Amino acid sequence: MRPLILSLLLLAAPAFAQTATGDLGLVIERATGSLVLIDRSDRAAVGRIEGLGDLSHATMTYSPDERFAYVFGRDGGLTKVDLLTQTIAARTVQAGNSIGGAISDDGRLVAVSNYEPGGVKVFDAETLALVADIPMAGKTIGLVDVPGRRFAWAVWDTGEVFLGDFSGAKPVVTMIGKAGKNPFDAVLTDDAHTFLVGLFGEKGVTAFDLWSPDTAPQKFLTDYGKTGEDMPVYKMPHLQSWAFTEGQYALPAVGRHEILWVDRETQTRTATTPVHGQPVFIIAQPASPYVWVNFATPLNDVVQVVDSRSHEVVATLTPGKAILHMEFAPRGAEVWISSRDDNKVVIYDTKTREKVGEIAAESPSGIFFTARAHQTGL
Amino acid sequence: MPPDRARALEHMVLQDCGSCHGLTLKGGLGRPLTRDALAHTDPDGLALIILDGIPGTAMPPWRTLLTEDEALWIASYLKSKD
Repeated sequence: MRPLILSLLLLAAPAFAQTATGDLGLVIERATGSLVLIDRSDRAAVGRIEGLGDLSHATMTYSPDERFAYVFGRDGGLTKVDLLTQTIAARTVQAGNSIGGAISDDGRLVAVSNYEPGGVKVFDAETLALVADIPMAGKTIGLVDVPGRRFAWAVWDTGEVFLGDFSGAKPVVTMIGKAGKNPFDAVLTDDAHTFLVGLFGEKGVTAFDLWSPDTAPQKFLTDYGKTGEDMPVYKMPHLQSWAFTEGQYALPAVGRHEILWVDRETQTRTATTPVHGQPVFIIAQPASPYVWVNFATPLNDVVQVVDSRSHEVVATLTPGKAILHMEFAPRGAEVWISSRDDNKVVIYDTKTREKVGEIAAESPSGIFFTARAHQTGL
Repeated sequence: MPPDRARALEHMVLQDCGSCHGLTLKGGLGRPLTRDALAHTDPDGLALIILDGIPGTAMPPWRTLLTEDEALWIASYLKSKD
């Protein structure tokens, strides 16, 4: 009789009790305001969550237990999604227009970067109750989590960079310097040492030392592309998954069809790689010498792979129409690539660089695996 | 405008212009492009902005990707869209 009792107990348990989330992920369906829940091991879509509003330019982060996703929508919506029940656990429309967010290192606070009205709002990760409201003089960009219950961000309109400390009873927000004209995005190095702010209104990238925030910021790459006219930028590059590899930063040139390689220690340019178009994402394939690059419209049907040792393009792939994002399996075996206009996510084996599967999705953009829960600066 | 091209332009407005102006065109890094927001903008001027961009801002010139007729079609589309 024991096997029978056991099976009855299993039937009585909620269906999601047996789901582990470590190899799950979510794909943003930008036009329909929905998410596809994916199982990385099975290379399959296992559910869809709807009702998230305007998800153009949406991004997300995960709770430390990899159960909840916090989705930041363009329309100012902040939605907490439960991966186990495949439902919306909480949702607030917290601003008119927002661009991204991050979760604190302890998983207790979620911060959102807003365009309209410009500023940063901080919420309790459990309830989405407002914890702090920090108005800014313009659109906030490049928000990242910094260890010690802190967040850093920049302001597009003023070029100012801020460090906010939320570890005490009251937030302490400090302006730590000016990056330059029109910072478009920023990224934190994996050791949380350097906050790199990319500039659109002038040439250059400005580095802030977050281990010693009193240190004066250092501007570099101020003279790339001096010869020749810059080309139109039809899509702003993203820096969130900026590649750090082989002791170098791999950076998108703004207005040039190039990747710029910068020595991480000296902040001097070491090489330039001509590529297919205006780079949008340059992402390091984990545990490898390679970076993968996608491009701005109208040259966005191609993905290139570049070797960080030789700085040469070693592969040019055509996964589909309008490639918007790439997400690697945490240890690099596969890369999942969203093709917006082919309505699919294409899966490549990174060793053979051959396609090994695909999943249907409606106008997919960002792909986010739950392993992001454990990465600083995402 | 041939129907196929009109569909492609509409797709371009929502998806590619939408990268900066929002999928619902309510704004983002770029200004709102809703019918209300453009109520006092004349279509020819709007078409010129699309073709030549706005120097010193993130608005790029689209002239190499669009004809003048297509830019004007987009301007009228934006001004009439719900």
